[in-house]
Amino acid sequence: MTVRLPAPLRTPIGQAALAFAVAIALPFIGHNGGFTNFLADAGAFVLLALGLNIVVGFAGLLDLGYAAFFAIGSYAFAMLASPQFGIHLPFWVLLFVASGIAAVFGILLGAPTLRLRGDYLAIVTLGFGEIVPQTFLNLAQWTGGPNGIGSLDQPTIGSYKFGFDALPYYFMVLGLIALAVWLANNMRASRLGRAWMAIREDELAAAHMGINTTATKLAAFAMGASFSGLAGCALASKLQLVSPDQFGFNVSVFILAMLVLGGMGNIPGVIVGSLILSALERFILPQGTNFLHGLGFTSVDLSNSRFLIYGVILVMMMLFRPEGLIPSHQRKAELHAADDDARIAGREQTLYTEAVR
Amino acid sequence: MDVFLQQLINGLSLGGIYALIALGYTMVYGIIELINFAHGDVYTLGTFFSLAILTLLGVTGVVTGPALILVVAVTIIGAMILCGLTGVIIERLAYRRLRNAPKLAPLITAIGMSFILENLMLYWRGPSPVSFPAVIPNPDVVLGSVTIQTKQIMVIVLAIVLMLVLQVFVYNTKLGKAMRATAQDKDAAQLMGININTTIALTFLIGSALAGAAGFVSGVYYGSTWFLNGFAAGLKAFTAAVLGGIGNLAGAMLGGFLIGLTEAMTTQFISDQWSNVVVFTVLVLVLIFRPSGLLGESLPNKV
Repeated sequence: MTVRLPAPLRTPIGQAALAFAVAIALPFIGHNGGFTNFLADAGAFVLLALGLNIVVGFAGLLDLGYAAFFAIGSYAFAMLASPQFGIHLPFWVLLFVASGIAAVFGILLGAPTLRLRGDYLAIVTLGFGEIVPQTFLNLAQWTGGPNGIGSLDQPTIGSYKFGFDALPYYFMVLGLIALAVWLANNMRASRLGRAWMAIREDELAAAHMGINTTATKLAAFAMGASFSGLAGCALASKLQLVSPDQFGFNVSVFILAMLVLGGMGNIPGVIVGSLILSALERFILPQGTNFLHGLGFTSVDLSNSRFLIYGVILVMMMLFRPEGLIPSHQRKAELHAADDDARIAGREQTLYTEAVR
Repeated sequence: MDVFLQQLINGLSLGGIYALIALGYTMVYGIIELINFAHGDVYTLGTFFSLAILTLLGVTGVVTGPALILVVAVTIIGAMILCGLTGVIIERLAYRRLRNAPKLAPLITAIGMSFILENLMLYWRGPSPVSFPAVIPNPDVVLGSVTIQTKQIMVIVLAIVLMLVLQVFVYNTKLGKAMRATAQDKDAAQLMGININTTIALTFLIGSALAGAAGFVSGVYYGSTWFLNGFAAGLKAFTAAVLGGIGNLAGAMLGGFLIGLTEAMTTQFISDQWSNVVVFTVLVLVLIFRPSGLLGESLPNKV
């Protein structure tokens, strides 16, 4: 007898609702400030992964400087809600202002570069990802240089202040994730989303079908960047600080590894991949280190290996399971198209050999 | 004016290093259309390999007389062989399986390989800069108010010699012809009896060996290195390759020297902090306005 889920849970919406309910319950099960803190941070990275997924997963554009948009969103928030310039705009307004500014920079970077071939785009975004934090570091009179900007405003609802407890931030991030999932899911099914996937599969063919490829790719860049603006506000207000070292190339690759692990282009996959890597960083590596210390390997610190692990994940996943742990059917077919070609070629070869004989 | 001439010399010697690295990018891109992100790290590895060889030889400072030539030759050739093999291994492990996959896939493994190499170097030599012995004696050549260090002369001469050897290899030998044929059309080349896998491995061997030579030179030139050294240098060298026209050997050399000059002039006349920003801005501008580079020809989109 197979186990059948109750009817409401067989639909994607039912499953999403269940996941959301579990997510709300989690901090009360954990009952521990450290765990809630982890959940809030991990949630912000889920937002970032969902944003990068639009660019890399849906539109197939390899963006290696995604952390730059995250930086721009965070700094936009920090400059407009701190003693730095004495400007204190309300948080909920800034949430949209910051993501708007990030989106504008997405368009500014994308407009000249999106005509480039895919691999050139990767290197330009990588360069952009280097330039942005470096610029924030250099323009010390406005950005505080290496110290960054501190004592940022905390969000408030009416007279309730978020304060330093992670719980309200977690619920806010959860709300933003729900918004992002809803947006991403609807966009995927829309005319724009189908255009993204057409470009991903074959840009030339898509252009010949009448898709304005530059505008469509720009939309992906802007949309992806705006998600990072949301994450930037959430994380910056929680940490009370932005500084240039939070946005290096490592962060871009960390988020990319989440997508590759979970499944590029598939929303549940991306969320799972993101949670796995956050947990790896926060719990699994320190626990593993403790375990090894217990066994007598006291000089080992696995936390230093996390970038090595991301590298291994990127290589191994692309070699052996490019569609990720939880694949979307379409992406899986695309990524294995070469295998099919090879199989067909092999069959032709056999037929040819037999015919010659 | 004197400052300008001095920076010209500095820029040319920096450019020699970038040109050697850029050749590896351009050769690999020319043959399999892949940006080999791990290439910059192979270059850093070249510095560490050179350091290991010098340590084995017991060299810790300036070497003089005929011993100098021997030490330099052994170290460079050793570093080139080790880096070349590293390049071949990387190709075999991370890129060969994905040769027919969507382009995104090998790009992602290339980033992964870069991270793996960086962290292996972190384990090997630790997180802080490692000093490199000043092997070359330093009777500076002084021309008026411009000082040319011996090591700068070595960088420029070595870079030019290696480039000439490469040029002869690619255009005047049978293996070079096989490489050019594979770059033009893999299937057709295969039908003509060229072993594609060997030819591509050979390309990685040569490109990475040049990065190894650059690694030795940069160790001598800067006097130290650290495990992340290859990241920015790799990006700059890639910029050089694109500036010259990717896939074009002469272009990579020209681009390398131009990027070296740009960096030296920015450091002198603007500020050290902005040199990376200026180089990457050059990259973006070239890609936008002349994606085929200075010497490259524009290619139609392949279907």
